[in-house]
Amino acid sequence: MTQMPAHNNLESLLAEYGRERDNLIPLLQEVQERFRYLSPEAVQAVANHLDLSENDVYGVATFYAQFRFIPPGQHHVKVCQGTACHVRGSDMIMDAISRTTGIEPGETSADGKFSLERVACFGSCALAPVVVLDDKVYGRMTAAKTQKLIEEKE
Amino acid sequence: MSFPTLQQQAGLEWQAFEQPERFRILIGSATCGRAAGSLEVLQAFESELAKQGLSGVTDIYEVGCLGMCYAEVLVEIRGKDGNRVLYQGVEPRHVPALIDAQLQRDEIYLPLALAVMTEGEEIDLPSFSELPIIKHQVRIVLRNCGIIDPTRLNHYLARGGYSGMAKALAMSPEQVIDEIKESGLRGRGGAGFPTGVKWGFARQSVSDQKYVICNADEGDPGAFMDRSVLEGDPHAVLEGLLIAGYAIGASIGYVYCRAEYPLAIERLQGAIAQMRDQGFLGENILGSGFAFDIKIKKGAGAFVCGEETSLMQSIEGQRGMPRSKPPFPAVAGLFGKPTNINNVETLAAVSAIMEHGGAWYAGYGTEKSRGTKTFALAGKINRTGLVEVPMGISLRTIIEDIGGGVLGGKKFKAVQTGGPSGGCIPAQFIDLPVDYERLAEVGSIMGSGGMIVIDEESCMVDMARYFLTFTENESCGKCVPCRMGTQHLLKILTTITEGKGTLEQLETLRKIGDTMKHASLCGLGQTAANPVLTTLKYYEDEYRAHIEEHTCPAGACRALIQFDIDPASCTGCGACVRACPVEAIRGEKKQPHTIEQQRCIRCGSCRQTCKFGAVLVR
Repeated sequence: MTQMPAHNNLESLLAEYGRERDNLIPLLQEVQERFRYLSPEAVQAVANHLDLSENDVYGVATFYAQFRFIPPGQHHVKVCQGTACHVRGSDMIMDAISRTTGIEPGETSADGKFSLERVACFGSCALAPVVVLDDKVYGRMTAAKTQKLIEEKE
Repeated sequence: MSFPTLQQQAGLEWQAFEQPERFRILIGSATCGRAAGSLEVLQAFESELAKQGLSGVTDIYEVGCLGMCYAEVLVEIRGKDGNRVLYQGVEPRHVPALIDAQLQRDEIYLPLALAVMTEGEEIDLPSFSELPIIKHQVRIVLRNCGIIDPTRLNHYLARGGYSGMAKALAMSPEQVIDEIKESGLRGRGGAGFPTGVKWGFARQSVSDQKYVICNADEGDPGAFMDRSVLEGDPHAVLEGLLIAGYAIGASIGYVYCRAEYPLAIERLQGAIAQMRDQGFLGENILGSGFAFDIKIKKGAGAFVCGEETSLMQSIEGQRGMPRSKPPFPAVAGLFGKPTNINNVETLAAVSAIMEHGGAWYAGYGTEKSRGTKTFALAGKINRTGLVEVPMGISLRTIIEDIGGGVLGGKKFKAVQTGGPSGGCIPAQFIDLPVDYERLAEVGSIMGSGGMIVIDEESCMVDMARYFLTFTENESCGKCVPCRMGTQHLLKILTTITEGKGTLEQLETLRKIGDTMKHASLCGLGQTAANPVLTTLKYYEDEYRAHIEEHTCPAGACRALIQFDIDPASCTGCGACVRACPVEAIRGEKKQPHTIEQQRCIRCGSCRQTCKFGAVLVR
């Protein structure tokens, strides 16, 4: 696992936030946005800043689906698992990505190229099934189209 | 600047937007428009206009969603003659032809033309208001979506925005609450509690500090009404929140919005900054002495945070777990202070009600369910989209007239309302009027407004299993009935979809479901069994077929099906061979192909690809 280079900016990020408890989730969100995941060092720094135990911070962070504790891949793929996507075959899409990349949801490939995440619903149900690759939303997908999309990034 | 002066200025900007000598192009660019490629279309327009030397005389605006998601990308063009034409399915490659036709030659580009927005013109196109998807709608919450540029406060003001706030601030808080009570508005988040009564409770609580919260944590998979309103008309919601704050005596409002909605958050941030600039937030708003401010909190991905007490825990920086009530939030809520929580749609209705009056709103709907409700129409339906209809309209009107019926002419099987907390309403109830009471009578709920159409190819046991996968995953684990109940329901349902279930398990499903209903701590657990209980009630045959005959009648449960190629209809074109991810299909060119069952993973890619319907499922 490579150390994220910009971690030394963490202090300046923390300094923008007060030490009140209700800053915990916004802080974790910004840390993750900046460094792409929550490293043990980052969690420790957040805990210190808010005068909380690391246990407490992990307790909150692990409760919410948004937070990641391993670095995501170079390309992050999210597959919508909403109802509309389900009835239009999102399971097949998830399988196709797993087959192509060799990883399961929640994992990052060994070469660091891809990571895969299941998301409850993006709210783009009218374009179901939906895949989000590197924050771009692709609607009306099929297993074959998704596979092609992934292969283009390889 | 006084409020009337602001309105006047806004009116001028709106006039310029509506009747100019300039060309105007509106591009639907909410999240679904963007997913369909609206930003690429926008770029294509910009470069093509420059190429044709029209950049200087044309304005391009990104607008919200008209709700016709099936027709995205939607573009409205107003050309030389002032006619506004709506085009559907626009792709960058169409742009030169569109510009050439309407802006250069004063003609309509017929291949993509959907409707004409301007009334009374002699044009051979249906008018927008007569389109089947629009005709039955009453757009109150969605009044501005797709019509205004949501990043311009003046557009909102010019269409009557903030006049509800101005009216409310000139009334006493009690009078505002009475107005909302008169409207009959009930909570649109799902539970349907009368909004005015809820406000009354929070008003009565005495405290140095109170809060109002807008619940924009739209977590139901299959629902996107709130996202659309926040993206297409953020001020309508914020105005409602401010009015709620004034009515209960709160000085701080929160919008708790899902992090999965980045565009909605961006629009909210922009709108809040505009409110501050105009003095709609801060001290002494419009000289009334009322002080109010709004903060945004991003959710972090937890369905249970749609529950009031969990949501407040989350704002406080805790794990979002619910607690037992009482005390109700109106007495002790956020940071222990009296708090009122309303859903996005409720608040967008509030601003309209204060503008037009409670009696006006109560004029729509049925006796106990007043006003309108938005629904996100999705699943196996021709016209997917977002619609707003008066309460009491029949399911048939929504599905057949507005939604254009089931996709691909398949048979309508059921409609799922209320997401993971709701139920499946079978085809025999298609004439059911949609309101809170009637949906409850058939075992479902109104919910927040997701409406997923299910056809004969969807298995009801699989649907129940799908929803339980969701609730089992989202159960916070605090109370036993929900934590263990969801786990066991899911386990049993999975066994049944694999063809390994027993008949005794059906009784167990009912028993667990019943226990969860009565003993769970919050709404998530109390309703999590609904998808199981309603499908068991109406589709027990299908459960039995899985158990007794080891078959899935809908052909959906992968462990129980097999794909075969019908030699009579296979042309040997080879499309399925190319689509198959595991090389399980063999055959000579132009000869009927076969599927090697050992290799087949039952992904259905061949069936999706085959143009001749030759891939059969059994």
